[in-house]
Amino acid sequence: MATVDLKDVRKVYPGGVEAVKGVSIAIPDKALCVLVGPSGCGKSTLLRMIAGLETISDGTCAFDGKVVNTIGPTERDIAMVFQNYALYPHMKVYDNMAYGLRNRGTPKDEIDRRVRETAKILELSHLLDRRPRELSGGQRQRVAMGRAIVRQPKVFLFDEPLSNLDAKLRGQMRVEIKNLQRALGVTSVYVTHDQLEAMTLADILVVMNAGKVEQMGNPLDIYEQPASTFVASFIGAPPMNLLPITNGKFTDGSALSITAPAGATILGFRPEDADVTESAPKQGLTLPAKVEGVEPVGAESFLYCAAAGQRIVVRVSGRALHEIGAKLTVSAPLEKLHWFDKDGKRVG
Amino acid sequence: MAEPSKGHDKLMIGQSPTGIYIAHAILILGVIVVAFPIYYTFVASTHSLQTILRPPLPLLPGDRFIENYSEALFGGVGRIGGVPVWTLLFNTTVVALGIAIGKIIISILSAYAIVFFRFPLRMTFFWIIFITLMLPVEVRILPTYKVMVDLGLIDTYAGLIVPLIASATATLLFRQFFLTIPGELVEAARVDGAGPFRFFKDILLPLSRTNIAALFVILFIYGWTQYLWPLLVTNDNQMNTIVIALKKMVSFADADTEWHLVMVTAMLAIVPPILVVVLMQRWFVRGLVDTEK
Ligand SMILES: Nc1ncnc2c1ncn2[C@@H]1O[C@H](COP(=O)(O)OP(=O)(O)OP(=O)(O)O)[C@@H](O)[C@H]1O
Ligand SMILES: [Mg+2]
Repeated sequence: MATVDLKDVRKVYPGGVEAVKGVSIAIPDKALCVLVGPSGCGKSTLLRMIAGLETISDGTCAFDGKVVNTIGPTERDIAMVFQNYALYPHMKVYDNMAYGLRNRGTPKDEIDRRVRETAKILELSHLLDRRPRELSGGQRQRVAMGRAIVRQPKVFLFDEPLSNLDAKLRGQMRVEIKNLQRALGVTSVYVTHDQLEAMTLADILVVMNAGKVEQMGNPLDIYEQPASTFVASFIGAPPMNLLPITNGKFTDGSALSITAPAGATILGFRPEDADVTESAPKQGLTLPAKVEGVEPVGAESFLYCAAAGQRIVVRVSGRALHEIGAKLTVSAPLEKLHWFDKDGKRVG
Repeated sequence: MAEPSKGHDKLMIGQSPTGIYIAHAILILGVIVVAFPIYYTFVASTHSLQTILRPPLPLLPGDRFIENYSEALFGGVGRIGGVPVWTLLFNTTVVALGIAIGKIIISILSAYAIVFFRFPLRMTFFWIIFITLMLPVEVRILPTYKVMVDLGLIDTYAGLIVPLIASATATLLFRQFFLTIPGELVEAARVDGAGPFRFFKDILLPLSRTNIAALFVILFIYGWTQYLWPLLVTNDNQMNTIVIALKKMVSFADADTEWHLVMVTAMLAIVPPILVVVLMQRWFVRGLVDTEK
């Protein structure tokens, strides 16, 4: 139970690499904050600074208003789930979970009660006598979770905990982590580069790029109002279509069917907000397009089209019956258009 | 992380019947070549001195097993000042254990410091240790001897053991092993509240146990067979190790040498190393087969 406050946190590695360049995030009690961003943007570095595993070069990290910059990971009372689980290979599942409590001098019967309780929640009870190498990947992941939960820490930290699982298991664990985090009410920071995980888990979503926060807030707000082209193309799959415009014309010289707001040089719309029609609608954006590829995925299909001098993606529900080379019109309603200026910042 | 143990269920190469016969023939030949001298020594150790000195030596053991062995073990051998072999075995065991255990403790601790701690001149220390690889006992023997004399450690167990304890090889082996331990594991332990000592005791030592077992065997035999240093640093016959005593028992003149006792001593000298290998093999075979990391 804690709030976590990062104020202008920086990290310069000994070699001179500036991995985190001034990040401020305020995480309220019981919230789950997800850090998302491309590889190398400094997510793990930031998480490890919160954990106390990495020194903070500048700025402050505070738990419950108390600055913890100089405090080690043990005293910060955090628990961490690692990407490769980092289970102690020579210890049984039971001891893996009990180790942290033993080091803190928790009484034996209390340890036993908590370990068994946690094992029950995570359906690990029958595995307590096994060693990590006798477990499947999913089970190891659960043990790693169990080791964190059993400690009842102030803050949970997750560094891409699901990235070693297959897609189905990942979906399952994602739901479970969310439910557990809600039920336990422990403030959590979760690092991932999977935007789906980020969208579904986050109370607060932080999109990072090159050591800085690009945008921060409610995940659906970020989805609907991306602050920059970077966020627009990072959140949502397939990514948002981004079309450069100059003086009301696309790069191939064709004219824009609507007027762009002042300063806008990039027009964006999401594949799921666009539609294909035979006849152009009265309002909104219309683009003549030619089908270049069709990707049916079951409940929906993705149409890859050439339009405005580049390739765009449109999502259509059900099975698309379009032939390759077919000519059609792509349309998107006005309120679903995103405009960005030449620096990639949102203008409307 | 730990893979399911490899090697057990892997098919061996060349499982055709002829292949097996040839392989076994070669193995048996090898065993004979290695084992025959040992067998012959054993045979000689059970005959009287007269039988040994009058060739040819019989191929079958004689009837003086009990007499010869008890005379050597408890009676004492003339040429080495009447010290019983039992004392020699005890001395050598102390020295070999001291060297093996001492080397393991020193090297695991220095490897621990070098790999897991950041301190000034860390790499310098590493290189200094590394360079001592080029300075085995034989090279630094005179200054070491001088130091031992000054410290009054001649004819003591400490004098026999301490100069042989520093070990670059074992330190490097442990260092290589520690480097394979994932950083995440170290961090998990830190988050779990394990300080440097707990981490060493609860995580590093158990993970190193197969390495320690293998090293122990190698170092015990190394200590057991030391020659030059014990020769220099002991004057008192009571402090001799078995290898030194064995050498001293053999005189230039054949008639002067109690060959039957020499043979007994030789037999007894190889028993402890064999025991160590047999007792520890369960450990280090496991270490070689399934490396738990
Ligand atoms: N110990 C280190 N010393 C020097 N530079 C480092 C160190 N660790 C990370 N970096 C650099 O800091 C930057 C951020 O690394 P970080 O591990 O935080 O990325 P990340 O966002 O977690 O990426 P990924 O999604 O691939 O895990 C990278 O450019 C990396 O090369
Ligand atoms: Mg990372």
